[in-house]
Amino acid sequence: MKSYYSKEAVQRFMHPKFFGEMKDADAVGVVGNERCGDEMEIYIKVDNGKIINASFRTLGCAAAIATSDVVCEMVIGKNIKDAVELTEKEMVEKLEYLPNTKVHCASLALNGLRAAVENYEK
Amino acid sequence: MKKIYLDYAATTPVKANVLEKMMPFFTDKFANPSSIHSFGEEAVFALDDSRKAVAQFLNSHQREVVFTASATEANNMAVLGASNNGHIITSSFEHEAVLGPCKTHTDVTYLPVYKEGVVKVEDVLKEIKENTTLISIMYVNSEIGTIQPIKEIGEALEEVNKNRKNKILFHTDAVQAANYLSCDVNNLKVDLLTLSGHKIYGPKGVGVLYVREGSKISQILYGAHQERGHRPGTENIPAIVGMGEAIRSIDVNDSKKTKTMRDKVIDGITSSISGAALNGSRENRIANNINITFTGVEGESMLIALNEEGIAVSTGSACASNSLSPSHVLLSLGLSHRAAHGSLRITLGSMTTEKEIDELLTKLPPIVERLREISGR
Ligand SMILES: Cc1ncc(COP(=O)(O)O)c(C=O)c1O
Ligand code: FES
Repeated sequence: MKSYYSKEAVQRFMHPKFFGEMKDADAVGVVGNERCGDEMEIYIKVDNGKIINASFRTLGCAAAIATSDVVCEMVIGKNIKDAVELTEKEMVEKLEYLPNTKVHCASLALNGLRAAVENYEK
Repeated sequence: MKKIYLDYAATTPVKANVLEKMMPFFTDKFANPSSIHSFGEEAVFALDDSRKAVAQFLNSHQREVVFTASATEANNMAVLGASNNGHIITSSFEHEAVLGPCKTHTDVTYLPVYKEGVVKVEDVLKEIKENTTLISIMYVNSEIGTIQPIKEIGEALEEVNKNRKNKILFHTDAVQAANYLSCDVNNLKVDLLTLSGHKIYGPKGVGVLYVREGSKISQILYGAHQERGHRPGTENIPAIVGMGEAIRSIDVNDSKKTKTMRDKVIDGITSSISGAALNGSRENRIANNINITFTGVEGESMLIALNEEGIAVSTGSACASNSLSPSHVLLSLGLSHRAAHGSLRITLGSMTTEKEIDELLTKLPPIVERLREISGR
């Protein structure tokens, strides 16, 4: 029997490390979910093509908060080209699992990151 | 950690005396009431005794009480059985078990419930047409706890019906009302009324449809003769026994005590947390319901954070529903998707203590504050 959220997802949600507006961000990706009404911002700071810092602000469910935190953690230290290659699957694995109805929250976080990178490259 | 259950509108535990009364009917007294031997007779007595308890509660005749397999089934029987292909008047925030069957009809008027979450009697009267056959308005809304003017509608309809050849039937879903409000069908002047076992400290999978003598409702299930043909199928005797005992155990004194705690929660939350507003009327509100929208936070995340503290509540947020759409009840109040997104429903029950309420009032504000920091809103 699995609980609704994995221990790791709950842990992330309860104690996210990367939340907060980034005042000196180089770019921000703003995304929202039409279906459930969530709002998310992913901030990135880039140096020499490498993401040196990332943070988020998320108005959404526990999964949205947990996956926002995961996306930030996973891209810090990555080249922006590699960062956009990140997949939902990798993110979900980081959380052990997500309920089926919550996979779109991971997509939202990923889209937030991609939007940030796109804005950076503009 | 001692867990705290504050979701009594979803379901209630079976009371000890109710369970005790049910137990023999699984084993020693297992018979089918349709059997004419002595075993069957025992089951007949039990069935009759429960029917008597329900009839007393409703101030009705015993033969007007139909046991069903759930309130959902009872609501379906009422809507599909009484609509007679005519025009139905209902409200926009009924339970799915009424809205669902209504959707199979084309001629349905869904009344507005306004910001307060209360249907207006004049709106009901205004919508009556030549071919209107059924009016179905819930007694108490399950999400926001607002009490509807059932007696007033019943009285007005009685006048209207005096001058009509084809009488309009009046149904009310009283599932969320039964613990705290009188369900005297003659006082309310309803023809059909729905109850559910598991919302009144009885078992799940049993309900009641009260059908006033002389009301013409067509069958929706076909089979044997049980429940005068209204609800064929061997009676679920243990559950029906539980329903009867649960109804007998309803204590009107619970209402006052619960209401005091409810008010403490409403005042406590709205005074200690900014951007927190009660959904639905405060005056016309059932004793155990608190439904509050918080700005800048999403409901499912509050629910999960409270759950980590051992406190169980519910939310109308889209994020907590499988369909990812916000509660139709909150939208019917004119709330934006965003406001529905930040809602929390807290429902109290007979086991709720002052200490549990204090725990909630201590634990909730820091959760909202933390989530607002995360949302930056
Ligand atoms: C107002 C209302 N009607 C009907 C139902 C359905 O009851 P049951 O679970 O017995 O089918 C519920 C319970 O969710 C309810 O709150
Ligand atoms: S943010 Fe709405 S479901 Fe996750």
